[in-house]
Amino acid sequence: MQILISISIVCLILSLIVDQRKTFEGIKRGLKMFLNLLPALLTVLILVSIFLYLMPEKTIAKYLGAKSGALGVMVAALIGAISLIPGFVAFPLAGILVSRGVSYTVVAVFITSLMMVGILTLPLEIKYFGKKAAIMRNVLSFLGAIIIGLAIGAFFR
Amino acid sequence: MKKILREYLWIILFGIFILGSLYLGFEPGKMIYANFKHFFLEMITFLPLMFLLIGLFDVWVPKERIERHIGHGSGLTGMFWVIVLAAVQPGPLYGAFPVAYILYKKGASIRNIFIYLGAFSCMGIPMYTFEIGFLGLKFWFLRFLFSLLVFVLIGFIMEKYVGRDFKVKSGTGR
Repeated sequence: MQILISISIVCLILSLIVDQRKTFEGIKRGLKMFLNLLPALLTVLILVSIFLYLMPEKTIAKYLGAKSGALGVMVAALIGAISLIPGFVAFPLAGILVSRGVSYTVVAVFITSLMMVGILTLPLEIKYFGKKAAIMRNVLSFLGAIIIGLAIGAFFR
Repeated sequence: MKKILREYLWIILFGIFILGSLYLGFEPGKMIYANFKHFFLEMITFLPLMFLLIGLFDVWVPKERIERHIGHGSGLTGMFWVIVLAAVQPGPLYGAFPVAYILYKKGASIRNIFIYLGAFSCMGIPMYTFEIGFLGLKFWFLRFLFSLLVFVLIGFIMEKYVGRDFKVKSGTGR
């Protein structure tokens, strides 16, 4: 947190020194992105709050925790593949999940699969790249997401 | 106005539910609210700073100048520039498809087009503020490294197996 504050202040001062107009434009753009994101973020926070109330920590640890094994990884990869959550929402969500006992492996698989695989956007992807290439890219990315997640998780034991 | 109302509908309903729970002393509602308050306060301290950095990044990085490098040079240089281009553009994967078409028109190789898609989906410099803030530097670094290896590998596999008749279309059906 302190690092984030210091970096922000340094960047802001540097930017103000070099170009004030551009700095205000940047602040405006950041604010606009923030406001655009707010409803989605609040909605996810609400859903997570309810989900975590319904799922006691023991249950989470069992199905998505460090000892959950292949099931947790597969569930994370599939949910990631079919959902369309912006990264700006996914990372706060991931942070909450980790703090509540979901393993880094599961979170990493979920995040990577979410980013690389797009089942819902597959029809659109086919329009650009054709059936073969689009399906191939998604299948490879799905496998890749699992590999990346497992590799990351191995460093958090 | 209608759009705003629709976007915030669930949030308003949730607010009513919470107020009701607090008023009537409905335990589950109170516990859900405790969860929500905790998460919300955590977010609201981080987010303004993160979006400040993202906004500044957006105005200071010369995306057009990076774009000019695309298509020139094969091998490592070409690969490097498509990854840089992808990393400065945050957004969902489908936002990358039209750009992939432009790269294809500009003569980028099949391998680099798919490396671009991989980099676009996995990397986003503005997003790094979020990733480091919520999951830590170690997580960010490991994901950066492993995803780089995997999407470059996917680029090579795609180039080898996608076939000679591969084309990127403009997406409008033409």
